[in-house]
Order: sequence, then structure tokens, then C-alpha cells
Amino acid sequence: MSAGFLAHAHTFLLGVVVVVLALTGWRLVTGRTLVDRIIALDMLTGVAVAIAGFITAATGRREFLDVGFGTALTAFIGVVALSAFVERKGRRQK
Amino acid sequence: MILEILGLLLQAIGVFFLVAAIVGVLRFADPLQRMHASAKAGTVGGGFVLLGVMVEMGRLDVTLIGLATIAFLFLTVPIAGHLLGRATYVSGARLDGLTGGDALEGVLERSRVPLEERLAEGAEAPQDKR
Repeated sequence: MSAGFLAHAHTFLLGVVVVVLALTGWRLVTGRTLVDRIIALDMLTGVAVAIAGFITAATGRREFLDVGFGTALTAFIGVVALSAFVERKGRRQK
Repeated sequence: MILEILGLLLQAIGVFFLVAAIVGVLRFADPLQRMHASAKAGTVGGGFVLLGVMVEMGRLDVTLIGLATIAFLFLTVPIAGHLLGRATYVSGARLDGLTGGDALEGVLERSRVPLEERLAEGAEAPQDKR
């Protein structure tokens, strides 16, 4: 009985994280400004790491944590490149 | 059994922080405040979920790669936040949630018009190349 409770709790938590992921993606598509889209990409780092952790716990395979690590690395490089672009583009005065 | 419940508790704390982060990203007034929510609460949320998974599984390889991921997150997210905040300020984003004075005035060069308005008018009239 208790094992079933634990499995349902995992499913519930994963569902909440998927809702957070959907809201982040909505923000990424319809961001108010360009900077808001980059912020949503930054937010995606934590969400992707959390989902990788949940899938690791569900399947018992360690490789999904490597996927989370790689996603965090890629998102970091993307945020740094995009913010360098915004800074260079935003500095140009007429 | 007790470790599974403890891990589940840690995962629930992490999910709570992720929900708080997305509420902040959706509701705060200006880009710097939204960045404050996404960087701090998002990192703590992902880190707590990883801690819960490590406690629940209790395997050496999972613990090692999880600790490496948490250390990587804590090293890189402040750097990305610093660069993005600086770019936001320099490019002249609107600071609607600012109370009190602008502490960076005169320290950093700041564009007067937000980037989106300049990009919009640049689409109509071609600017001089530099």
C-alpha cells in the first residue's frame, strides 16, 4: 500500500513539473521582450535538471542524469552567447 | 523506506521552488526582477530535486553525477545571471519595478530607448552600418 502511495507521489510531482515546463515554454514563445525569452531559457535549466532527476528515479538508469548535466551545460552556453548579443546590440546608439 | 520518504520530501521542496520560480517569472514587473526569480529559485528547485533523487536511490554513481550537476549549476547560473543582467541594463530595458534611485546611473552606460523599440524602428528604416 505504501509503495503505491510513493509511486503516485512521484507521478504527481512530475505532473507539476511538466506544468511548469509548459508555462516556461509559453513564456519562451510569447515573451514580452527579447530579454524575457532569454530568462525563460535560463529557467529551463532548472526544469530540465528536475525532469532528468525524476526520470532517473523512475527508471533507475543513471544515464538520464548525464542528460540533465548536458542540458545544463548547453543552456548556460546559450544564455551567455545570447546575452553577449543583447549587450552588443543594445549598446549601439544612433 | 525512511530514505524514500525523505527523498520524496526533498523532491517536493524542489518542485515547490520551481513553482515559485515560474510564478515569479510570469508575474514580476520588469526583466531584472523576473531574472531574480528564475535564477535563484530555479537553481534551488533543480538542486533539491537532484538531492531527493540521490537520497532516494542511494547509489554511488547517481550521487557522484548528481553532486557534479549541482556544483555545475551553482557555478554557472550566477555567471549567466550576471551577464544577462548587465546586458539587460545596458540595452535600456524598462525598469518598472524600481523603487528608489538607479544605483548604476553614471556607472554603466545605458541606452535611453529600449532595445525592442529600436529594433522595431530599425526594421522600417535601414540603419547605417558600422
